[in-house]
Amino acid sequence: MIGYSEKVREHFINPRNVGELAGATVVGEVGTMASGQALRLYLKINGDEVIEDARFQVFGSPSAIASSSALTEMLKGKHIDEAARITADDISNYLGGLPPEKMHSCVMSMEALEVAYARFRGIELDSELDEDDVLNICRCYSVPEHKIERAIRDNNLTTIEEITHFTQAGGGCTSCHTDLRLILQRVRATMAEPAKTAEAPKQTPLPATAGADVPTLRKMQLIQEVLDREVRPGLAMDGGDMELVDVRGNEVLVKLHGHCNSCSSSSATMKFFVEDKLREMVDPALHVVDITEHSADLHAPPMR
Amino acid sequence: MASQPVYLDNNSTTFPAPQAVESILPLLGEFYGNPSAAHSAGQRVRHEIELAREQVAALLGCKPSEVTFNSGATEGNNTAIYAALEVLPERKHIITVRTEHSSVLEVARSLAERGYRVTELTVDRLGHLDLAELKNEISGDTALVSVMWANNETGLIHPIAEVGDIAKQFGALLHVDAVQAAGKLPIDLKAQAAIDYLTISGHKFHGLKGAGALFVREGTGFSPLLRGGHHESGKRAGTENVLGIASMGAAARLARESFEANVTAMRAMRDRLQNGLLSRCDDVILNGDQHERLPNTLNVGIKFIDGEALLMMLDAAGIMVTAGSACMSGSMEPSHVLKAMNVPLSAIHGSLRFCTSRYTTTDEIDRALDTTVGIIKRLREMSPFGREAKAGTPTVAEIERHKAYFARA
Repeated sequence: MIGYSEKVREHFINPRNVGELAGATVVGEVGTMASGQALRLYLKINGDEVIEDARFQVFGSPSAIASSSALTEMLKGKHIDEAARITADDISNYLGGLPPEKMHSCVMSMEALEVAYARFRGIELDSELDEDDVLNICRCYSVPEHKIERAIRDNNLTTIEEITHFTQAGGGCTSCHTDLRLILQRVRATMAEPAKTAEAPKQTPLPATAGADVPTLRKMQLIQEVLDREVRPGLAMDGGDMELVDVRGNEVLVKLHGHCNSCSSSSATMKFFVEDKLREMVDPALHVVDITEHSADLHAPPMR
Repeated sequence: MASQPVYLDNNSTTFPAPQAVESILPLLGEFYGNPSAAHSAGQRVRHEIELAREQVAALLGCKPSEVTFNSGATEGNNTAIYAALEVLPERKHIITVRTEHSSVLEVARSLAERGYRVTELTVDRLGHLDLAELKNEISGDTALVSVMWANNETGLIHPIAEVGDIAKQFGALLHVDAVQAAGKLPIDLKAQAAIDYLTISGHKFHGLKGAGALFVREGTGFSPLLRGGHHESGKRAGTENVLGIASMGAAARLARESFEANVTAMRAMRDRLQNGLLSRCDDVILNGDQHERLPNTLNVGIKFIDGEALLMMLDAAGIMVTAGSACMSGSMEPSHVLKAMNVPLSAIHGSLRFCTSRYTTTDEIDRALDTTVGIIKRLREMSPFGREAKAGTPTVAEIERHKAYFARA
C-alpha cells in the first residue's frame, strides 16, 4: 500500500468500533454514494455529557475508514464540548498524517462529528439542508458551495488542487474549475493575509464558558454573512474593506483595509455602525474590536 | 501471509517466463559484444537479436524485416503517430478513440495544440466505437487512424478489419496498439493487410520490461523518432536492449507455440473467477462487453463499495489487482476508459480489474475468490449503504437512484 502511514494502514486493516451502536444518544451522518464516501457516526453520551462510546459505519477509501476509526478512538471519554473542538488536522495528526489528496476523509469525519454535536445541542446546520435543494458546484462529487467556502476558510486553502484534496470538488470532470477559481478568489478576498490566518486556530474552539448556545464557528459564519451583506459593499464603494479576523467569545476582531485604514476617525464611527448591525442581527452581547494597525505608512493594499 | 501471493494484474505486466529468463543468461556473461560491431563478438549478439526478430515476426504473422525493436509500447505508439504525419505531410487530421492508452491520447492531444485536427471517437456503454461515426469523421485530410486492438482496462476488442477498410477508402494510415492483443488474440498481419503500423510490448506476454517492437509494413513510409545510428535498419537509433529483445523473442515463441493452450487456460481461470464472483456476491456487474473481450480480462463494478479500499484489503491479503480509479497514485483521477463508457463515478469507484495469465492456477483463483468475497462482505457490513443497513435511513433514496442506474445497465 503506497502513500499511507503505518498507523493509517493499521486502522484501515483493523478498524476500531465498527458497526451500529444500539442506544446511541445521537447520530451524525454525512456524505453520499455519489461523492464516493459517507460516514454515520454513533455517539453514546452520558448525563455528564461525556462520550461513553463511539461507533461508526463508513463507505469510502482506506483513508475514510482509517479516519473514522481514529475519530471514534479520539472521542471516547471526552466531554462533548471538548470533542467538538477536534479538527480534520487533529484526526490526520493522530494517524501520523494523511497524504494531502486524502484530507477530504478527515474533513468528512470532522463533519460527521459536527452534525452529531449540532443534533445533540439542537442546532440547525447549513449542511443539514436537504441535499436535493442544494446547488452542487461540483456535480461529479456532489459538493455544495458552502462546503467549498468553508474548507478554504478553515484550512487556509490557496489552490484548486488543495480544494480538491479537502473536499473532492473538481476531482472528476474538472468542468467546475472556473467556478472553484471564482469561489477561491471571493473567499480569499474576505480572509486575512495567508501568513496571519495560518497562525489563527483552524477551527475556533468553543468558549470555555460554554453558556453560549451557538457554537463560535456558527456564530462566525453568521457574522461573516452580516459583514458581507450589510457592511462590506458600502465600504467597497469608497475603496475600503473590512476583514473578520476572529471571534473570541463575544469579541469580534476586525481589521480595516484600503481607505478605511488610513482614516482613524472614520474607524471609530465604523465600529459603532458595525456593532449595531451585529447586535441586531446576530447577538446583542457582541462588541467589535478594531485591531487594524493604523499607520501613516501604508503597505497593505486593499484585499481585492 | 503464509501462502504465496496471487498475482491477477497481468494486463499491467506479467511473470517473466522461465524460457525468457533462460534466453538472457548467456547475454549476461560471455556474449556481451555490441551487436553493431563487425567482429565475431558483436555478430554473436547480433545473431540473438535476429533470432528474436524471427520469433516476433512469427507471432505477428509478418516478415522479420517488418519488425523494429524499441523500448516498449510507449515508444512504439509515439513513433508510429509521428511517422504517419511525416509520411502524409499534407494531411492534418488524426482520428483516435477516447478509450485509447495515454501514450496515444496524449500524443494526439499535444498535436492538437500544434495545429492538427484530432477526433477522439466516442464509445458506447460497453466500450464499442461506432463505425458510422468513423465514416462521418474521416476524410481525405485524415493522415492517421489509431485504434487499439483490445482495451487494457475492459479487454474490449475493437473491429480492426472494419476500421482498416474505412481507413483505406480514404488513403489514411492505420496504427494499431496491439499491446494487449499479443499472445491473447490471433494476429496475422499478412491477412490484416490494412494495418500499417502495430505496437507490442514484451513484458505483457512474459518477456522482460523495457523492450517492445513496432511493425512497419513493407512499402509503407516511415520516419524514425530516434536518429543517430544505423541500428534497426535505420528505423530506430541506439544500441539495442539485447536482454529485453532476447527475452521477448523467447516469450513470443512461447506465446505462439502454445497459443491455444494459453488462451484456453487464461479464459478458464477468468471465467471461474467471474462465475464465482457473480454467483456468490449480489450487486456485482460486468464493465465492458462480455463477448467481444480478451480471454483473460475481468472488469467488475462492485456496488456499495470503494474500489481502493477493496484493492488495499486484497493487497494486504496477498491478492494483487487494479482498481477502476487511480486514487492511489495521487491523481484521484477516475479511469478515463470507464468515464468514456459513461459509467457513473459512483460505479467507477467500486470497479476492479482481474487479469489472468497462462500461469494462473485453479488454486489461486479459488483463494482470490474466497478472499474477495469475504472482503466485499466485510466492507458492505461496514458501510452505511450496505445491504444490512436498515430501511428508512436517509440514504435509501440514494441507494434507489444507484439501483435504478444499474437496472438500466
